[in-house]
Amino acid sequence: MRFAFKTSYEQDTNMFRDRIDASWYLLLAAAVLVLPAVLPVYYVGETTWVFIYAITGVSLMVLVGYTGLVSLGHAAFLGIGAYAHAYFLSHGLPWVVSAGLAIFLTTACGLVVGLPALRMTGIYLAIATLAFSVIIQEVFSRWESVTHGLSGMPVGKAVIFGVSFADDRAFYYLCLGFLVLALWLTRNLLRAPTGRAWIAIRDSEIAAQSMGVNLAIYKSMAFAYSAGLMGLAGVLFAHKIAFLAPDIFTILLSIQLLLLVIVGGLGSLHGAVFGAIFVALLPPVIAILRDSIPASFHDVATASGIAPLAWLGDAIGNFLKKPGVEAGIFGLILVTVILVEPLGMYGRWVKLRIFFSTFPMYKRATFKRQRTYMKTERLR
Amino acid sequence: MSFFEADNISINFGGIRAVDGVSFKVAKGEVFTVIGPNGAGKTTIFNLVSRFYDPTDGRLIFEDDDITKVPSHRIAALGIARTFQNIELFEHATLLQNLLLARHAHKKSGFFSELLFLPSVRRLEVEHREAVEKVIDFLDLQQYRDSFIVNLPYGVRKVTELARALCTDPKLLLLDEPSSGLNVEETDDMAFWIQDIKNLLGITVLMVEHDMKLVSAVSDRVLALNYGRPLAMGTVQEVQAHPEVIRAYLGG
Ligand SMILES: Nc1ncnc2c1ncn2[C@@H]1O[C@H](COP(=O)(O)OP(=O)(O)O)[C@@H](O)[C@H]1O
Ligand SMILES: [Mg+2]
Repeated sequence: MRFAFKTSYEQDTNMFRDRIDASWYLLLAAAVLVLPAVLPVYYVGETTWVFIYAITGVSLMVLVGYTGLVSLGHAAFLGIGAYAHAYFLSHGLPWVVSAGLAIFLTTACGLVVGLPALRMTGIYLAIATLAFSVIIQEVFSRWESVTHGLSGMPVGKAVIFGVSFADDRAFYYLCLGFLVLALWLTRNLLRAPTGRAWIAIRDSEIAAQSMGVNLAIYKSMAFAYSAGLMGLAGVLFAHKIAFLAPDIFTILLSIQLLLLVIVGGLGSLHGAVFGAIFVALLPPVIAILRDSIPASFHDVATASGIAPLAWLGDAIGNFLKKPGVEAGIFGLILVTVILVEPLGMYGRWVKLRIFFSTFPMYKRATFKRQRTYMKTERLR
Repeated sequence: MSFFEADNISINFGGIRAVDGVSFKVAKGEVFTVIGPNGAGKTTIFNLVSRFYDPTDGRLIFEDDDITKVPSHRIAALGIARTFQNIELFEHATLLQNLLLARHAHKKSGFFSELLFLPSVRRLEVEHREAVEKVIDFLDLQQYRDSFIVNLPYGVRKVTELARALCTDPKLLLLDEPSSGLNVEETDDMAFWIQDIKNLLGITVLMVEHDMKLVSAVSDRVLALNYGRPLAMGTVQEVQAHPEVIRAYLGG
């Protein structure tokens, strides 16, 4: 058992709960810093994807997990950031200026798209943002002078102040740096009045309003900030993927991003990172399984003399090769998570941690939902 | 010169005239209670004062200013706070976060200083925390400080809502059925707190309440409503003895 003894109010405004918490994060930081030195370059590249997805996760977490506004069009912001950055770079702007402009542009788009959010909620907002992303995708494929349309647009490696990030390991550190920055800035907002206002809007708009929260301003702010982070992710995404085409930024990607925050656990920044690990690593894991399962089943079959095992291995391998299987697995996991663990991977993690830290006094009831009260006819 | 005044306010919902020409004045420092059968329009009056609805007719005056056109998110900063009949807390946040949010009307930090969490933001946070802790002590909520609202029992939620309203530093406090759903003991506690709020904190209270024991314990004056129309106004005894009021309650 561990108790957090508090001796000042200031302690509660700190980034980490206490020394022990902070040292765990220090350990984690050390681990991700040495990772590229010990990992094969392929895995370094895959981990870089985790960082980029984690930034998109933080972006969507602010909007969906903290402000309670659903967006089905966030891939469009990622695309705007990526295309804008690629365009500005191709016109010879320095990296920092180009990235800054791209982020600024996405933020502005977020502000504009956020306007309908002031009047719409739930499914209507989801549809409005979906429509926006369809329009933007159309713009990507039609506005050939800027985006090169369907023939696509190559993106060079990042060179910042003369320092090249062409090397996969160097780019890993760049993305890690930006992820830490995004997490830090967002955590700052969340422990300040702005973050509380977002949470308040999520849980009860009328109460937030009667406590002085201007719904219009804080909702637009959430949209703009979320879009801005998406723009940042887009900048890094452009370098990582190296070639932009309109069919990357589809509704499917938007859904995948939404899945990321739901699987990770809505309403926590940890959830954004957990979800990113899941979304970024699932495809390579499936690929590895696809290649390794038939072979290993064959080995077992010859060793044990049970021939049908080889046949089963081939069947699984072939099944995993079918188009759409990956999306199907995503969907299956999403449904399972919503049914079994609505708090997502982070929720599961918290439960595990509490289980171990209070062992053997853990009570199942700690997480039993209390009766919730009806929200109908709220104003009467 | 009036502290709070509703001047002949009315509102229509489609065909229903939910509030029909209601006028009353609340003097600084008193507890003014609105009673009436269900559907009489009591909550609607609160929603008009909170500016969730625009009155069809009439004016609302607070500290000599006309607030009939003030947007609802400006009301808290003027010094009017409220609780809700069906508890409207921020359920997936801690009690402490709920109370800190109530300091929103006193927010002084800008977006960019919060983004960087500058020392000034930290200092303001501690100030807000100190204000909130006073209310926590006042209402004895220490043990629930870090609990999530979803995990709190109904009675504690009711007190938390009262605490949240107090954290805005109001001059006028609107309480919509503060005792509904509470047991006898909790209702007694509520009566003491309302008296303390009036006597110790000097906050004026405008209240809607059904429990006549609580009403007579704390109210200075009472207004009885039925079908959106005022029936009687005066002390608790006067209003309770009024023939129209008796008829409304007995369904005559
Ligand atoms: N938003 C609304 N739309 C339509 N009718 C409403 C609305 N709010 C209240 N009413 C009606 O106004 C009347 C008064 O309601 P209310 O003020 O909630 O009564 P109470 O005195 O019980 O608090 C009721 O007939 C109710 O149905
Ligand atoms: Mg009511």
